[in-house]
Amino acid sequence: MQQIFGRPQGLTDVLQRYCPGCGHGVVHRIIGELLVKLNIRERTVGIAPVGCSVFADEYFNCDMIQPPHGRGPAVSTGIKRTRPNCIVFSYQGDGDLAAIGTAEIVHAAARNENITVIFINNAIFGMTGGQMAPTTLPGMRSTTSVQGRDIKKQGYPIKVCELLAGLDGPYYLVRTAVNTPKNVIATEKAIKNAFVNQVDNKGFSLVEILSMCPTNWGMTPVQAKKWTDESMIKYYPLGEYRNRAKEGK
Amino acid sequence: MPHVKILEEVCKGCGLCCDGICPVNILILSPGRINSNGYHPAEVTDNSKCIGCGYCFKVCPEPAIEIYK
Ligand SMILES: Cc1ncc(C[n+]2csc(CCOP(=O)(O)OP(=O)(O)O)c2C)c(N)n1
Ligand code: SF4
Ligand code: SF4
Ligand code: SF4
Ligand SMILES: [Mg+2]
Repeated sequence: MQQIFGRPQGLTDVLQRYCPGCGHGVVHRIIGELLVKLNIRERTVGIAPVGCSVFADEYFNCDMIQPPHGRGPAVSTGIKRTRPNCIVFSYQGDGDLAAIGTAEIVHAAARNENITVIFINNAIFGMTGGQMAPTTLPGMRSTTSVQGRDIKKQGYPIKVCELLAGLDGPYYLVRTAVNTPKNVIATEKAIKNAFVNQVDNKGFSLVEILSMCPTNWGMTPVQAKKWTDESMIKYYPLGEYRNRAKEGK
Repeated sequence: MPHVKILEEVCKGCGLCCDGICPVNILILSPGRINSNGYHPAEVTDNSKCIGCGYCFKVCPEPAIEIYK
């Protein structure tokens, strides 16, 4: 009897304190598998964000640092430049990356910094109680937009892949989701590419993952999975926004 | 023969693996069982039908599923 699917060695045995149906866990499992499959676990340094995944240092079975809110790309840059043999990934939520950390991510991308960024877009500030994020959809309710986000007052959501694709710097930009087996498999491929690019010294790779936050969306996990298709993917189209490997550069 | 094992104490009863994901439809949320965190864990109704596709594992956030063959 052989195990074909199970908890990967790249995760610790600690039970994750995410809500039922939270997308963070699926992405953790994928990263945990790749650390082993790509044989990089021993030389990987992960950067945990501020947000629900602030405890990611307990969950990933590799070296981890937990810097201040939004500073993942800056700290990643420091580690990668001083220890180029390390594989560095910055794991960030949308509040972390697209609000307080906007400057860091834009400049790391512009420099084509040789790091891997895993960007969890759940359109909400999850950890702090469901406040509006820069990524909250027009009309979407949150605890700070109880009537729904009003684009006249609060402006339009930031589409991070599209924004960064306006720069010459980044090597790989892709958006995926984790609500169906098909989308999870696409996410596995994208995150693998994002790590392999770093191993091959290609430069900046970012995978934006549309992720369910059933708790702050006010839905069951199954409703959240459907709403990802109906609303999130409609506003944030999946696919590659930059892939210089395909352009042969 | 492939078969699936639910880690009852790890499962959070989210139901994502039970919602039309399984091609042979053998996963349900247990109506009767309850784990020590208070969740109704997923349950396998007929393990002999499992084809080992791994879809349930791929959508499970914990992961609370193991698949053997
Ligand atoms: C400097 C600073 N400002 C604000 C906060 C409060 N804070 C904690 S988590 C968070 C946002 C989390 O949202 P996100 O990054 O989207 O992560 P999620 O919980 O949704 O995964 C904020 C604003 C903080 N901890 N530190
Ligand atoms: S609040 Fe949302 S993002 Fe945070 S653990 Fe719960 S479901 Fe996940
Ligand atoms: S491995 Fe496939 S067939 Fe077996 S229980 Fe999971 S989804 Fe169903
Ligand atoms: S997807 Fe995982 S956590 Fe959710 S019900 Fe199924 S086994 Fe339990
Ligand atoms: Mg968020």
